[in-house]
Amino acid sequence: MRRILSVIVNDHLGVLNRITGLFLRRGFNIESITVGKTETEGLSRMTIVVNVEDERTNEQIIKQLHKQIDVIKVIDITNEPAVERELVMIKVLSPLQKRAELTNLIEPFRASIIDVTLESVTIQATGNPEKIEALIELLRPYGIKELARTGVTAFKRGGEREREVPRIKHDSLSLI
Amino acid sequence: MSVKLQAEETAAHGGQKMMSGAQMLVEALKKEGVEVIFGYPGGAVLTIYDALYDAGIRHILTRHEQGAIHAAEGYARVTGKTGVVIATSGPGVTNIVTGLTDAMMDSLPIVVIAGQVNTSVMGTDAFQEAPTVGITMPITKHNYQVKSVTDLPRIIKEAFHIASTGRPGPVLIDIPKDISNQEGLFDYPEQVSLRGYQPTIIPNRLQIQKIVAAVKQAKKPVILAGAGVLHAKAHRELRAFAERVHIPVVNTLLGLGSFPGDHPLFLGMGGMHGTYVANMALYEADLIINFGARFDDRLTGNPKHFAKYAKVAHVDIDPAEIGKVVKTDIPVVGDAKEALKMLLEEDLVPGETAEWWRHLERLKKEYPLWYNEDNQTLKPQRLIEMIHELTGGNAIVTTDVGQHQMWAAQYYPFKEPHRWVTSGGLGTMGFGFPAAIGAQIARRDQTVLAVVGDAGFQMTLQELSVLTDYDLPVKVIIVNNYALGMVRQWQQLFYRERYSESLLPNQPDYVKLAESYQIKGLKADTEQEARAAIKEALNTPGPVLVDCRVTPDENVYPMIPPGKGIHEMEGVKP
Repeated sequence: MRRILSVIVNDHLGVLNRITGLFLRRGFNIESITVGKTETEGLSRMTIVVNVEDERTNEQIIKQLHKQIDVIKVIDITNEPAVERELVMIKVLSPLQKRAELTNLIEPFRASIIDVTLESVTIQATGNPEKIEALIELLRPYGIKELARTGVTAFKRGGEREREVPRIKHDSLSLI
Repeated sequence: MSVKLQAEETAAHGGQKMMSGAQMLVEALKKEGVEVIFGYPGGAVLTIYDALYDAGIRHILTRHEQGAIHAAEGYARVTGKTGVVIATSGPGVTNIVTGLTDAMMDSLPIVVIAGQVNTSVMGTDAFQEAPTVGITMPITKHNYQVKSVTDLPRIIKEAFHIASTGRPGPVLIDIPKDISNQEGLFDYPEQVSLRGYQPTIIPNRLQIQKIVAAVKQAKKPVILAGAGVLHAKAHRELRAFAERVHIPVVNTLLGLGSFPGDHPLFLGMGGMHGTYVANMALYEADLIINFGARFDDRLTGNPKHFAKYAKVAHVDIDPAEIGKVVKTDIPVVGDAKEALKMLLEEDLVPGETAEWWRHLERLKKEYPLWYNEDNQTLKPQRLIEMIHELTGGNAIVTTDVGQHQMWAAQYYPFKEPHRWVTSGGLGTMGFGFPAAIGAQIARRDQTVLAVVGDAGFQMTLQELSVLTDYDLPVKVIIVNNYALGMVRQWQQLFYRERYSESLLPNQPDYVKLAESYQIKGLKADTEQEARAAIKEALNTPGPVLVDCRVTPDENVYPMIPPGKGIHEMEGVKP
């Protein structure tokens, strides 16, 4: 099952290594991970998408994350209304006679062309991973020369602050 | 920095002194109350060693960095204080990797000061450079690389705090040589403020009350006590609780000594080579109250069969241990001592356990630990019993891993805490002897016995020099079976007696070896000889090595075969 964890960490050298190392050592598989600064100086947000077998593994991942001294909070946004975005850049073959067709094709995705040569164009799009997948599949027949995805970054939708997973849950989690 | 600027700086900080990173380190160690350091000098820590030269802190020079960190572990285990290690960059620090992992697995408070090459050459594969922070990241509770000398005091303060609080563990500080040389203002913080590290000490009262209710209902309760009880210094509370509710107690390997080994409520050690009654109690129980044990696989056997019928209450300071292996019904995060104190404040009503006790007493009587007695040869089990008898059970015993370790755990009932020093989680050969050195340094007043196997001893025996150098009266008892005993046992039982590379027919003359280090060496081939030799060793004021040549084909029984459940022990009866 796919889980999205938003993890606020100290913006220290080596923290990414610490977190990915933890996942490696404990045998948890990362689907994607993105890191960037937050609104607070000294803190970064990591958005980690994992595919876990069961709730127990997810619980263990969160607990192990909490054990890291550089982890300030962990927010599990999987079941929350969340804004989830990924950026993709696709360099696709595009002979001049097909270019109009291509432009029309990407329009509903609100994607844009950010670089043009005689043979190819580079398309940029943002959206949730499903939308990105759909765009890639649509462009594949034209011949994708290069592709780069950023991985998901996300946080909870709405005005209230994100509810972090408490370091200790007395009842629910450990019952699993 | 100009002289004038420096003077202004000093004035601005209330007269605090400018000093080098190395001097700061020494000052910080003094402020942390460090009384002994185990280490080995080298290029990247020369400035630190220079600062130590007249610092008045005791330094123990081992012969290998692995010896230093195991000694620090032994020191930490018997004192509860943080063990401090210094190692130089590169090979110095890679040599302590085993000890760091060992301390991590067994939750021992250790602070390692690691030297590092100059910041200007870091990353260039410089002489004696190793990526220490990366290497040790997964085997430390936390680690640091000091990038600026002004950070050094805060980092040292944090390191000692992290190592010794919550679930203890090793912390490493990597200090580049130029940082040790650089001068800065020494401003040692009073407090530690770490947003991401707030261990929960006081348990939740409602959860404690759930344990009380479960005790009242339970017909087949059992207490499982692990090393967490020892770390929390909660042995008195544990005993008071067990006696109040009249519930039997099982210890984990590392928890031995947290409950008196001769107490009527004690069922022995659980797990792979535990007693039959302890394992059957865990298997049949309807309530297991776990204080500070992490349900290691050597304890649980195949987890499918573990605590099959039990409601599980788990008290642990580390929330990640709760529910990690065994499904937990009553999770209690907090310090074992605090939890037990809260339990003792409650109105504890024991359940109806008379029948359970009748059953356990029968198992205890019918299936005791056993071995075939033999007057001709020296039985390893008998050897341990003899050591127990001759020391009055008051010695500190350290071991490596393997058969001798299991026999020591089985046949030396520990009555008190902090007398048992063994490598549990990592199972480190070569641990026992240097750990005994650390234990003896911590407790000069106590008899310290390094009960080691012949194979494990040969991994760190160079530390015999340390006994001579520092006049340490450690008694080394080699349980010599001319083999990697446990490997041999498994090959016999599970690999059709194909003893692939596990037999050690050619061994050094340990008596001569000891003598070459100016240590008294004795040997014993029979029970009588062993008795005489151990008596002599105990009556000799200095260090003694006793080579006890035991029956070579003896196995550790009973045992849970690999993959089997806790109720499927073999070798329960002769």
